[in-house]
Amino acid sequence: MSERTSRIGVAFDKARADGRALLVGCMPAGFPTVEGSIAAMKAMVAAGVDVIEVEIPYSDPVMDGPVIQRASDIALAGGVRTRDTLRIVEAVAATGAPVVTMTYWNPIERYGVDTFARDLAAAGGTGLITPDLIPEEAGEWLAASDAHGLDRTFLVAPSSTDERLAMTAAHCRGFVYATAIMGVTGARSQTSQAAPVLVSRVREVTDLPVGVGLGVGTGAQAATVAGYADAVIVGSALIRCLLDAPDEATALTALRTLSTELSEGVHHPTR
Amino acid sequence: MSADATGIEVPAQFPDAAGHFGTFGGRFVPEALVAALDELASAHRAAMADETFRTEFADLLRDYAGTPSLLYEARRFSARAGARVLLKREDLNHTGAHKVRNVLGQALLTRRMGKRRVIAETGAGQHGVATATAAALFDLECVVYMGQVDTERQALNVARMRMLGATVVPVTTGSRTLKDAMNEAMRDWVANVDETHYLIGTAAGPHPFPALVRDFVRGIGAEARAQCLELTGALPDAVTACVGGGSNALGIFHAFTDDPQVRLYGFEAGGDGVDTGRHAASITGGSTGVLHGTRTFVLQDADGQTQESHSISAGLDYPGVGPEHAWLHDTGRATYLPVTDDEAMAAFELLCRTEGIIPAIESAHALAGTLAIAPKLAAELGRQPTIVVNLSGRGDKDVHTAGEYFGILDKE
Ligand SMILES: Cc1ncc(COP(=O)(O)O)c(C=O)c1O
Repeated sequence: MSERTSRIGVAFDKARADGRALLVGCMPAGFPTVEGSIAAMKAMVAAGVDVIEVEIPYSDPVMDGPVIQRASDIALAGGVRTRDTLRIVEAVAATGAPVVTMTYWNPIERYGVDTFARDLAAAGGTGLITPDLIPEEAGEWLAASDAHGLDRTFLVAPSSTDERLAMTAAHCRGFVYATAIMGVTGARSQTSQAAPVLVSRVREVTDLPVGVGLGVGTGAQAATVAGYADAVIVGSALIRCLLDAPDEATALTALRTLSTELSEGVHHPTR
Repeated sequence: MSADATGIEVPAQFPDAAGHFGTFGGRFVPEALVAALDELASAHRAAMADETFRTEFADLLRDYAGTPSLLYEARRFSARAGARVLLKREDLNHTGAHKVRNVLGQALLTRRMGKRRVIAETGAGQHGVATATAAALFDLECVVYMGQVDTERQALNVARMRMLGATVVPVTTGSRTLKDAMNEAMRDWVANVDETHYLIGTAAGPHPFPALVRDFVRGIGAEARAQCLELTGALPDAVTACVGGGSNALGIFHAFTDDPQVRLYGFEAGGDGVDTGRHAASITGGSTGVLHGTRTFVLQDADGQTQESHSISAGLDYPGVGPEHAWLHDTGRATYLPVTDDEAMAAFELLCRTEGIIPAIESAHALAGTLAIAPKLAAELGRQPTIVVNLSGRGDKDVHTAGEYFGILDKE
C-alpha cells in the first residue's frame, strides 16, 4: 500500500529531493467563518505553507487542547456544516496546494462513509487524518478510500508497540502521522524528546513519509523537527494568530508572518 | 447461572475480544491510549480469573460497602402499583448508591496495575464522591473533572470530594457539563497514562470499560436473583432499572439474561418528553453514532455533532449510553422506554409517602416506569406480576432539586 500516486505523495517526493520537509498547516473549517477560513488558508499557502489540513469542527474533540477547542466552538456556533468543509476543501485545493482533511469519526459516519469519500475526492481533497479511528475499526473507511483513491493517515504514538506501529503503517497511504508527545494539541515551549525516537521506529517498518505534529509553534522548532521528519504539522500556533487578533487584517498579517517563519524552518532543517 | 458473592465468577461470553456487542462498542480512541486500554483489558481478564482478587473484592463489598443489599418487599407501594414490587436497596450501600461497587473494583484494579493516580468524570458528583472515597481508602491521588455548570449547582458534592482529599477541576469548555468533563478526563489520561487510571463512572467508553464496569456491578443481579427465589420461590416476571450510562441497569439485568421468562426494562430520562427534543433518552430518542470511544446510541444532529441532553436527574443527563444496552435493545432482549421528569417526580413522591424511602431521582425513573408497565404486565399474565426494581441510590443529594420541584422550600 506504499505506492505514492496521490498529490500529497508527489509533494513529499519533491520536498525530499530538495532536502527539506513539508510544512502542513492546520485550520478548522468555518473558523472564524466559512469565508474567513478560506481566506486564512489561502494566506497560509501564499506565505509558504505546503499542505493545508482542514479540520472538521467537532463538538467533542478529545485529542485537542484549548486553542483548537475554542476555534472549533466558534466555528460550530457560527453554524458550519460538514458540507461547508467540502466547499472549503475545493476552494483551497484550487490554489494547487494539497488539501488533507482531519476529522473525528462521528461526523463521517453520520454523513455516510462512502458518500463522504466520494464527495471529498470530487472536491479535490487528498485524504483523511483520523485521530480517533484506529485501523481495527476502520473497515468501511479502508474500502471507501480504496474505492475513491484517497489517502489514509492513521496516528502512531510513543506508546504504540512495535507490532502496532507496523500494523498501523501498513494501513496508511500518503503519510503516517506521528504524535510527538503523549498529550493533546497545543504549542509547547520545548520540542519533544520522544518524537525523533518514534520517527526512527516508524522508519523501520515503512517507507512512507512521516509527519510529526503536536507542539510545534516556532521556526526554530520547525527546523528541528524537519531534521528528522518528512513533514512538520502545525495547528494551534497558527490558529492563535486568528484568535488573538482584533480584526481580520491584523490576523492575516500575523498568520502570514508565522507561516513564513515556519516555512523558513522546514527549508533549513537542523541536522 | 451460578455466582459467588461478587457475582463475577462466571465470565460473560460477550463482548468479543475487541469489545464489540454486535455492531456496537469497540474502540474509537487516539492511538496513544491503545496501549493503556490493552493493559487494562488484560488486567481485567487476569483479575476475574484470580481467586485472591475475587476474595479481596468480595470482602470489601461486604465489610466496607455493606452488601449484599436488601431485597425489600414494598407492600404499600405495591398496592398502588398493582404488582408485587421488590426493591433492590442499593441506596443502603456506603456512599448511597450502586456506584460504590464499580469504584471499589476499579480501585483494586488500579493498585494491581501499580498505578498511583486516578481521574474521574462526574455530573452530579455521585461518581466523583464515590471515586474520592475509594481513593482515600486506597491512598491514591484523585482528580475529578466536573463541568462548571455542575460544580455550581452541586456545591455540596464538590465540598464532599474535597473533604475526602480529591482535587476537583471545573471544566469550562463546550456545554460545561458531564460530556465535557468526560472529554477533559480523556485529555488528562492521554497525557498521564503511565501513572494514571481513568476510573470511568458507568458502563460506557472504549473497550474494556463497558465489560469491566459491568463485571464489577453484576453482583447486584446475582444477589437479587437469589433473594427473589428465596423470598417468593420463583423468579420475578420483570426486572427494571433506570438507564443513564447504564451501569446499575446492567448490574441488575445480567444475572437474568439467560432466564427468558424474566422481562428486562430499562427506563431512560425522557426530560420534558422525547417529542420535545429536551430529553436524555439516547436509545428511544437518539441514533447510532460514535461518542466517547464507543459506537452506541447518541443524541446528535444531522452532522453528527453531539446534542445537549436534558433531565431533572443529573445522573441520567448524558447524551450517550453504554454499548451493551444498545445491543440488548437491538436483539430485543431488553426493552427501553422513556420516563418524563414529571412522571419520575410523581413516583419519587409516592415512594416517599408510601414507604418512607427518599429515592435518588435517577431511581425514581425506574419506579415510574414500573408503575407504567405493571398494569400491562398484569393483563398479559392474567395475574399480579412480581417486579424487581433496582433502587440504585438514595435521594439525599436530590433534596434541593426535589424541594424546588415540589415548591416546599421556605423562602429566605
Ligand atoms: C443513584 C444513581 N442511579 C443511577 C445513575 C445512572 O448511572 P448508570 O446508568 O450508570 O447506572 C446514577 C448516576 O449518577 C446515580 O447516581
